[in-house]
Amino acid sequence: MDANEVPQEGNTTLGGQRKAMYARGADGHIGIVPSRGWEAEEIVTLQAVEELERLAADAHRRVSAGTASALEYHMYKARMDVTLLSQVSGIWAWRVRRHLRPEIFARLRPALLARYAEALGMRVDQLKRMD
Amino acid sequence: MQHTRTSIQALRPFHHQHASHCESGVMSAIVRHYGLPLSEPMALGLSSALSFAYLPFIKLGGLPLVAYRMPPRAIIRGLQKPLGLTMRTETFRTAAKGQARLDALLDDGKVVGLQTSVFWLPYFPENLRFHFNAHNVLAYGRDGANGDYLLSDPVFEEPVRCAAPDLARARFARGVLAPKGLLYYPDNRPTEPDWHKVIPAAIRKTVRIMLRTPVPLIGVRGIERVARAVERLPTGDKVPQSKLFVGHLVRMQEEIGTGGGGFRYMYASFLEEAAAHCTRPALGELAGELVEIGDSWREFALAAARMIRDRDPFDPGRLAGLLRGQGAREKDFFGRLERALA
Repeated sequence: MDANEVPQEGNTTLGGQRKAMYARGADGHIGIVPSRGWEAEEIVTLQAVEELERLAADAHRRVSAGTASALEYHMYKARMDVTLLSQVSGIWAWRVRRHLRPEIFARLRPALLARYAEALGMRVDQLKRMD
Repeated sequence: MQHTRTSIQALRPFHHQHASHCESGVMSAIVRHYGLPLSEPMALGLSSALSFAYLPFIKLGGLPLVAYRMPPRAIIRGLQKPLGLTMRTETFRTAAKGQARLDALLDDGKVVGLQTSVFWLPYFPENLRFHFNAHNVLAYGRDGANGDYLLSDPVFEEPVRCAAPDLARARFARGVLAPKGLLYYPDNRPTEPDWHKVIPAAIRKTVRIMLRTPVPLIGVRGIERVARAVERLPTGDKVPQSKLFVGHLVRMQEEIGTGGGGFRYMYASFLEEAAAHCTRPALGELAGELVEIGDSWREFALAAARMIRDRDPFDPGRLAGLLRGQGAREKDFFGRLERALA
C-alpha cells in the first residue's frame, strides 16, 4: 500500500482518533502514515458492537416480560457473556446461568449481588434494576 | 559509583511516539528512552513476533482465537537477548500493592510498561472498548494535582491521562489473559547489537514459526486451517453467526492495531530496515513482495466486509479461496526469505 492509498474515510468507531498504518511513502520507504480509518474496518467493528447491543436489547425485552433477571441485561450491556462474567466474578458458570432466572436472582444473598456488581463495575442498587 | 538495579536513568524526558501496535510500541519506546534508537517495526522483527495462529478451542466471546502475531509478552521477552536487555516483570495479588509499586517506580524516574484491559480505559473510544486484557501502555508520570496517571498509549497520537481508580480496574481485570497488575521495566540499558547476527537469527525464527511449527494451527498451515473453517461455515438461517466469524477474522487482522494487513506491512518495514542494517539488499526486495501480500490481505478484508453488509452475496467458498491464496503466497514468500539468508 502506498501512502496516498492509506484510507482516510473517517471511520466513526475511532472516535476522531487517527491510527498508525504502515505504507510506502513518496521517498520509497515504508513508514507510519496516520489513517482516519477504513470503511471495511468500520463495518466489522460495528458488526461486533451491534451484536452485543442486540443481545442486550433481547435481554431487556425478556427482563421486562419477567422471563429473565436484570443480571442478564447488565451482563450483555457490559459486553460480557456467561463465560466471561463467570471468570470475572469467580462464580461458577452454571450458577451464573441459574442467576439469570428472575425468581432465583430475586432471592440472591447480598454477598453474591456485591460480587456481580463489582464484576460489572456498578452499585448493587443499579444491578437490581434496568436503566 | 556503582549503579544499583533500579538506578538506570534516562538521558532526556520521555517522548511519546505514535505506533500501530501496543506491545511493539511500548517496547520500542522503552528501548529508545534508555538510549538506543529502535523503530516499532524493528521491535516486531527482532523479537520474531510475526506469526499466524488459529486456536479454535480458545473462545473469546464465543469466537475462536485468531492472531496474526505471537502471543502477548513475546515482544517484551524477545527483545532481551538481541539487545542485551534485562526486563523485570512483576504481578500483584491486590490492586493496592500494584498501585503502590507503580508509584514507587515512577517516583524513581522510571517509565513503566503496564498490561491493561481495553474495556476499563475511559480514554478509549466507546466502540473499541471490548474485553481484551492484553493491551500495553506505558506510564511515565503522575499528575501531582489530581493524581491522574500520565500514559503513553502508543496507539494514540498524543499522550493520554487516566484516573487512578480506572487504571487500577484496567490493570486488575479478570478473565482470559488477566494482567494481574503486570508491570515491566528494564534493569539495564540496551546495547547496540551486532545487526549482522541478530537480524538473520530473528528472521530465521519467524520462518521456522511460519513454515515448520509442528502444530497445524500455527503459521501457514494455520491459514489453511482457517480457510477450511470458513469454507464449512453454514449458510441459510445460520448466516448471521457465520458472518460474525468472518468479521472477527477481519477485526483481528485490521482493527486490532496491526498497522494493516495483519502486521505484514510492519514486517515489510522491518525487512527494509534490516536490509540497510546488515547490507543484504535481497531483504529490501522481499519487503516489496510482503507489501503486496499485505495488500491481498486487505483485499480479503474488503471482500468480507462487503459480504457482511450484503453488498455482495455471502459466499464462504470465495473467502476461503482468498485465504488459501494467502496461505500459498506466504508459504512461497517465507521459503524464499529463508533462502535469501543462506
